[in-house]
Amino acid sequence: MSATLSVEKLSVSYANGTERIEAVRSLSFDVAPGECLGIVGESGSGKTQLLMAAMGLLAGNAVIDGSVRFEGEELITRDSAELNRIRGAKVSMVFQDPMTSLTPHLKIGIQLAEVLVCHAAMSWRDAWAAAERTLGRVHISEPRRRLNQYPHELSGGMRQRVMIGMGLLCGPSLLIADEPTSALDVTVQAQIIELLRGLRSEMGMALILVSHDLGVVAGLADRILVMYAGRAVECAATQVLLQQPRHPYTAGLLKCIPSLDGPRVERLATLPGQPPQPGERLEACAFAPRCPRAAERCRIERPQLLGSSTGSVACHFPLTS
Amino acid sequence: MNHPLLKVTDLRVNFGAQAAVRDMNFELFAGETLGIVGESGSGKSTLARAILRLLRSAQGSVEFGGLDLVSCTASQLRPHRRDLQIVFQDPQASLNPRMTVGEALAEPLKIFEPGLKPLEQQQRIGAILERVGLAAAMAARYPHEFSGGQCQRIGIARAMILKPKLLVCDEPVSSLDVSIQGQIINLLLDLQRDTAMAMLFISHNLAVVRQLSHRVLVMYAGRPVELGARDSLFAAPLHPYTQALLSAARSALPSALRTAASSEIPAAADPESAGCAFRGRCPIALPICASRVPPLSEVSPGHWAACHRSHEGNIPLSFPA
Repeated sequence: MSATLSVEKLSVSYANGTERIEAVRSLSFDVAPGECLGIVGESGSGKTQLLMAAMGLLAGNAVIDGSVRFEGEELITRDSAELNRIRGAKVSMVFQDPMTSLTPHLKIGIQLAEVLVCHAAMSWRDAWAAAERTLGRVHISEPRRRLNQYPHELSGGMRQRVMIGMGLLCGPSLLIADEPTSALDVTVQAQIIELLRGLRSEMGMALILVSHDLGVVAGLADRILVMYAGRAVECAATQVLLQQPRHPYTAGLLKCIPSLDGPRVERLATLPGQPPQPGERLEACAFAPRCPRAAERCRIERPQLLGSSTGSVACHFPLTS
Repeated sequence: MNHPLLKVTDLRVNFGAQAAVRDMNFELFAGETLGIVGESGSGKSTLARAILRLLRSAQGSVEFGGLDLVSCTASQLRPHRRDLQIVFQDPQASLNPRMTVGEALAEPLKIFEPGLKPLEQQQRIGAILERVGLAAAMAARYPHEFSGGQCQRIGIARAMILKPKLLVCDEPVSSLDVSIQGQIINLLLDLQRDTAMAMLFISHNLAVVRQLSHRVLVMYAGRPVELGARDSLFAAPLHPYTQALLSAARSALPSALRTAASSEIPAAADPESAGCAFRGRCPIALPICASRVPPLSEVSPGHWAACHRSHEGNIPLSFPA
């Protein structure tokens, strides 16, 4: 079966004077139909740049190299008129901040119905009815009344449900969610994750879930891709990655999550140091300065992402189980 | 028993006619950390700001160093300001972008220790920067040259340079990556061990609160609903809301890392109506919960809860999955 989304050797960089700032470096991955891929990384690791590049939403000064194919169709070379046939209709995106993703002066109903009027050539009347059904599907109470409300009248969790509903309107085959729960309370986070889980099995769409929070991603994803300094450092099935991380960075991240149960430690585990700055030249392993396992070779030669039966890892000295 | 550093009695803060915080009573001792948890809008930040008199309280008292911070005059308060410091959530936004780090750190010294010679001032700034894990030479740089985690270290340095007796931390790690969160929490623990300052630590992240609090206060709709020692509160929460919060936090953790079942919390009751504000979401509500606000009462030594049913012993709760 062909992949829903296939990203190959994608690089995103920006010119800064004579320097080149590389945000995404030669990244490749596939998302199969119906699959949920989690993408995890710290701020500045290139997660959002990657998504924006795939959706054709990068700033004009970005230099993109490589290939992004959606259902076999190359997206990178398309102009925005052509992309608009696909974006919103077949691929949709939910952004991090539900407070600023909705237009404040338009009723919820108009913002939802507009999607169908534009992408599915529906009449406003039909689109309004479809919007009401969608709100019900994302478990918003009294959907008919909500359509006539403005964004400020809804809570953050409800607004994020509206955003997810908006993403689902055209029945996309891929939904991309960029930090969909980071701005929400823990109780609401759990609800949104449940909602995405339910919708995914109900609609059979593929999902890319991006977060800095491994906990959020692990609750939903079939497979997790870990990014560091613009590159993929590890990719494996969720349970494998959580239980037997092979890259020292993945292992370090997992140790950093403070536990709610179990013995309380005197000091939290941390990753020493800072992630590399944008624009820093990284000839060798970008994680080497923070890595407890780093040896001479790591500072000279960049490890390639090598696959095995359980996943792939870019490390000269991966952890073994 | 020694004297509390801070004693909050019957504190109430109004926004217009509505109470944002009410019936707040607790004590805080030197060297102690009180964690404050609750959802957005529960009044955590309002409480912290009212204690520091960044907001005026409508009623009640806040005793600190023999002074009532609610009723004292501004000139009575001013000499105590140096002992009451705060670290904010957004580390970049809380530093002036046009001031070097050294200038920002010199401000509190200029106000409270005007007799310092320029060289002494520089030494103090260098010493505090090194104490929070930065280099003294960084004083010449501007905030935009630092990462989020480094900016939060600067924010902590600014709060700590006057050696306060009380440090309020309002979501200090929420905007930081998980690998950096641990570094900041460990730093706060070290600083507290060295200086015996008291901390009010506000967070929606229960696992983080568990890591550094001695006692925990749970807020709901502006009222305290549970107050207890960390271990008993996390192991045997008395209030159904606390149980729901813990359950939701566990469900957001990956299944490989959690132990308990997931839950979802339905909508809250109107906090202005008579009765318990949580009753609409509570699986064990009784008729009395709709007519009388449950007072915060001591269920077991040092463990307080505001629930009509908390004296019935451990009621097993099930929240709809």
